[in-house]
Amino acid sequence: MTRALALCALVAALVAGTATAAPSPADLESELVCPVCGTTLDQSDAPIALKMKRYIRQRLAAGASEQQIKAELVDQFGPGVLAEPPKSGFDLLAWLVPLGVLVAGAVGVGLVAWGWSRRRGEEADDEPVALDPELERRVDAELQRFES
Amino acid sequence: MTGKVQRVGQVIAIAGVAALLGLLIWKVAFDNEQGAADKLAKGELVHAPPFSLDRLDREGTLTLAALRGKPLVVNFWASWCGPCKDEAPVLQQTYERYRKQGLVVVGVDVKDFREDARRFMRRYGITYPVVYDGKGSTIGRWGIQGYPETFFVDRTGKLVGERIAGAVDIERNRETFERGIALALGDQS
Repeated sequence: MTRALALCALVAALVAGTATAAPSPADLESELVCPVCGTTLDQSDAPIALKMKRYIRQRLAAGASEQQIKAELVDQFGPGVLAEPPKSGFDLLAWLVPLGVLVAGAVGVGLVAWGWSRRRGEEADDEPVALDPELERRVDAELQRFES
Repeated sequence: MTGKVQRVGQVIAIAGVAALLGLLIWKVAFDNEQGAADKLAKGELVHAPPFSLDRLDREGTLTLAALRGKPLVVNFWASWCGPCKDEAPVLQQTYERYRKQGLVVVGVDVKDFREDARRFMRRYGITYPVVYDGKGSTIGRWGIQGYPETFFVDRTGKLVGERIAGAVDIERNRETFERGIALALGDQS
């Protein structure tokens, strides 16, 4: 019991540590897009991308949070600078619509598969089982013998 | 029941494919909006696309409509662009030289940090009006393909002369630059 509690405490500490860890420049560079070339900052050497990378380093060194830096860059360059659309407001649709389509597709495939399996089952029930002629002859012979 | 489910599935699949096909046809057939630069290059009569943007040289916003009646040189630039540095003194000299004739040079700083742009303006002594378009909202309507690019607008708001892609007043485009200014001022000679 004590060992289990210690394990839980360790996991909680690790999770908390991960959640509060300071973002690295590399993390942010992969989540922001160069406004001129359209690729993420870590993939771009365009002059404006280099300036943005420098800005990120300076702001991180000044203690700014990831969200603060993103908000400042969105203010300068617009929401197109974010590699992923925000998970709020109208932009939430960009996350929900593909998920909805995936769920609808899975339901559709499930329904069709269920329909097919049901039909095959019904066909199997309807079809008379044909006996082997030799077996049928032997069964008839046995029945006649039993009745006589 | 199963036949019905299968038919519904088929209808949904066909409808999905038809919708995608329709979208493709619409994109190819109708989504060919051109920027002002393309229309100008074809010789079409084009009005300068309007904008309303925050100023970098002072507080407030500047609209193109507020400059109607004045000949304009509209220059799209950014502080990180090399050729923009080369042409900055030329644009400032042009503004000073033709200001008495009513010509206004308007700088549109695109996809840039505001502070970098202000530093650039201080460094090159720019005193003409400069607006900030960090989001690039003017790019599509004007048909900007690179930086810098320069347009000439006459007193009626029409684009005149040729769009200059690259730094202005260099050997390659000196005549085009001077002709654009003359046309904007209304000098047909």
